[in-house]
Amino acid sequence: MPAFNEERKISEIIRKVQGLHKDLDILVVNDGSEDNTAQKARETGVKVISHPFNMGYGVAVQTGYKLALREGYDIIVQIDADGQHDPENINRVLNPVLSGEVDYVLGSRFLDKNSYSPELTRRLGMFMFSKIVSWITDKRVYDPTSGYIAFNKKVLEFFCCDSFPNDYPDANMLVEIYYAGFSMKEVSVKMYENEEGKTMHSGMRPVYYVYKMLISIMVAILRKKLGYK
Amino acid sequence: MTQKQQIFALFFCCALFIFFIDMLRRRKLREEYSILWFLTFAFMFLLVLKYDWLVLLTDFIGAKMPTTTLFFFSLAFLMLISIQFSIKISNLTNKLKNLVQENAMMRYSIDKLEAEKEKNE
Repeated sequence: MPAFNEERKISEIIRKVQGLHKDLDILVVNDGSEDNTAQKARETGVKVISHPFNMGYGVAVQTGYKLALREGYDIIVQIDADGQHDPENINRVLNPVLSGEVDYVLGSRFLDKNSYSPELTRRLGMFMFSKIVSWITDKRVYDPTSGYIAFNKKVLEFFCCDSFPNDYPDANMLVEIYYAGFSMKEVSVKMYENEEGKTMHSGMRPVYYVYKMLISIMVAILRKKLGYK
Repeated sequence: MTQKQQIFALFFCCALFIFFIDMLRRRKLREEYSILWFLTFAFMFLLVLKYDWLVLLTDFIGAKMPTTTLFFFSLAFLMLISIQFSIKISNLTNKLKNLVQENAMMRYSIDKLEAEKEKNE
């Protein structure tokens, strides 16, 4: 559970996950928060790992992956700490990986009618990346940017590589895991709008995000075609 | 190129070169980042001294004025230097990321060990 300045919501989210899934080990990756996120998380009794300063979403989730790999975990479920991902759907993303059906499961808000609908510009961006990823992977992918995912140890090892993005591991990573030969499935999950209106995509970031995704996907295709690992 | 222009260009080259060497001496600039700067000064110095070569180079690249050639190569060198810095920054970013992650994991392990120690005591 990557977290940056989430002191208001984090305890509630963790307690909700703990209430629903007593068998899960919860790890919060505190990405250099300036508030009491780490302390609030520790009070709930979960594992907390902290960056000395803010490094970005991609680095935070990868720190979690590296620690999970080091501690010998076989399956990972990743949900956001801001309450956007409904913990009640953890089993939906977890079960296909647990049963060995697929290596990677992606939760999609667009397959669940009760999920919130993002604003038009974001929906357009999501639609574009959905089309691109679907075209490359030859499989319909509805929500490549949800961030609600589960995967097995093989994918975990793959994600601990140096080329894992520091900022936005989204649609580009779906292309990477497809090219790496992992099986993938999309399931419906409920997602809520961020109550505080916080987003990683404010100001000029959406422009950078679109550029970054397109260039990452293009580079992934080139690496595949030219045989560079 | 007039003699006055040549003297000014040589003076400018020498001043920059002395500044560059002094930066290295005072460890403000590392030797491994100096290669492109050194090549830039050497190239400028050579073209100022050997004006005929500059004219030949101007003909070769199809430019009309030798100054255009100088501007073109100045920009090319600056671009190369920027690219070199971008590569170095990317490399450093990756190293910083790994370092931060290692630091976080070490702190996590230390906290865990200390908690276990307290529990045993």
